[in-house]
Amino acid sequence: MKIKKISTDTYEIPKEGCMNVHGIVYASEKIMNAIKEDKTLEQVKNVACLPGILKASIAVSDAHQGYGFPIGGVAAFDIDKGVISPGGVGYDINCSVRLLKTNLTKKDILERQKEVVDALFRKIPSGVGRGSKFQITKEELKNLLEKGAKYIVEKGYGVREDYLHTEEEGCIKGADASKVSEKAIKRGIGQLGTLGAGNHFLEVQYVDEIADSETAKVLGLKKDQVTIMIHCGSRGLGHQVASDYIKKMEEEYGFEKLPDRELINAPIKSRLGKDYLAAMAAAANFAFANKQLITHWVREEMTHIFSGTKEVKIDVVYDVCHNIAKIEEHIVDGIKKEVCVHRKGATRSFGPGRKEIPEAYRKIGQPVIIPGSMGTSSYVLVGTKKAEELSFGSTVHGAGRVKSRSSAIKTLRGGEIKEKLQKKGIEVKSGSLKSLAEEAPQVYKDIDEVVRVVDELGISKKVAKLKPLAVVKG
Amino acid sequence: MEKKFKFIEHTADIKFQAFGKSLEDAFKNSALAMFNAMHDGKVKEKNIAKIKAEGKDFESLLYNFLEEFLVLFDSEGFFLSKIKKIKIDKKNFKVEAEAVGDDAENYEMHADVKAVTYNDMFVRYDKNSGKWIIQAVLDV
Repeated sequence: MKIKKISTDTYEIPKEGCMNVHGIVYASEKIMNAIKEDKTLEQVKNVACLPGILKASIAVSDAHQGYGFPIGGVAAFDIDKGVISPGGVGYDINCSVRLLKTNLTKKDILERQKEVVDALFRKIPSGVGRGSKFQITKEELKNLLEKGAKYIVEKGYGVREDYLHTEEEGCIKGADASKVSEKAIKRGIGQLGTLGAGNHFLEVQYVDEIADSETAKVLGLKKDQVTIMIHCGSRGLGHQVASDYIKKMEEEYGFEKLPDRELINAPIKSRLGKDYLAAMAAAANFAFANKQLITHWVREEMTHIFSGTKEVKIDVVYDVCHNIAKIEEHIVDGIKKEVCVHRKGATRSFGPGRKEIPEAYRKIGQPVIIPGSMGTSSYVLVGTKKAEELSFGSTVHGAGRVKSRSSAIKTLRGGEIKEKLQKKGIEVKSGSLKSLAEEAPQVYKDIDEVVRVVDELGISKKVAKLKPLAVVKG
Repeated sequence: MEKKFKFIEHTADIKFQAFGKSLEDAFKNSALAMFNAMHDGKVKEKNIAKIKAEGKDFESLLYNFLEEFLVLFDSEGFFLSKIKKIKIDKKNFKVEAEAVGDDAENYEMHADVKAVTYNDMFVRYDKNSGKWIIQAVLDV
């Protein structure tokens, strides 16, 4: 495959064969070498072959092989001539990250680190097969799918500011519960307020470094302050929505001409395209509601732990989507127009002034929350105008994998990883030691390098670095 | 004993191959591989589950067959131990199976299979070995 380095941290895959546009990979040399190891670049090329794709098929710095679209893939499509692809969103629709800030300091947590991790582990259902304590009827669930985080807040679990500080205000418009199958409802109804397993986690952290103090001030972040990060998605409901529409689209359009069966898609304006967008929005709203419920439980538990010593205050900083498709305004060939942006394992990164950003942050740009892998740093960045020019207002979503799960289990032991983390001052509690091995920091790219590259490129700017103190994992 | 399935290196997800002298056996072993990715110890035979799936070809039949198990797992916490009976209508791409298993909450899970994918999937008969071989990638 032809790959051209066109500038620092930017590589081009020239247009050839069925490609409608060229491919662009934003990576340093070190990251590019890791990306070349799997099928990421081939997948970038395949996406470039889809009808109506605009400007370029993009992979950001944490890219790795997915199915159909790469993870870390960004692709925007013309509303009239373009397509929507469930594979371009991913099975875990709105797998996303919410960051909470507290009035606690690092010292407060260090004094009762073990107690904190044990209590949160007990309170928030994590792992596979651990059902929710939150009972909801089917009718109510349908209502929730259309209202998102707001529904949960109105039930008394949280405050208005929680969803106002969430992407799309915690509710993607156009959600239609009637487009979500009974099977999907059945899978999701018992899972509200659960973390799930895999790479999902709940982490108590502290602000280790401030890179931009003016912006940090607007976000209400300062050194040694405790933050809490929630990383989870739409659980079985979202997975089933993805699967249902992949099947429906195959039936309607066939997959024989596609370079990869997972690239199945439908025209955005077709009946099926619209139905998928309405169902996807419903699943995304499930994920927003899910994190809202977890936020409430975190508040309850932290208040309980510190009762008598400190009145705990917890606010939402921001909440970002990682697996989503959005209809947004972008400038293409000098003309402002509505396009459909797929972000699969990528984060929106809008610059200052965009109307989509909550008023409190509109001057600084959209907050971007990048979780590290277990035990490594996480970052808070802000979106930029440069991202709107280079990547349809998108940046990375995490570290991105480099090693397979099976080889991780072969070479790493959960117990040893736990000990190593403890030596670094991090308490971990997981439903399974083996799952610790699968998510060990060694299987991911170096988050510091990934963030350095996007900051250098300017598709998001570093604000603060967060370090973990206590991790709850599925 | 002949190998029922094996896992293959994959950066982010779980890829497996399952084998069988008959298509039925290969399907059985695919389901076992999927559950083995979540928990690899012995599972008690306490509950019975019946599943039915249809497809348009062998691949979609497999996809839907495995997905039925994921739905059972998410909604009822059913964790597979063994498939007791299985019948595949190869002409009309239909499968019916009777499985036994236990409640998932009695076991330690180390992965959450989100979905079956069509990525690199095949269901084929290998003349050389006289066996059916199934390959699939699970999204975790």
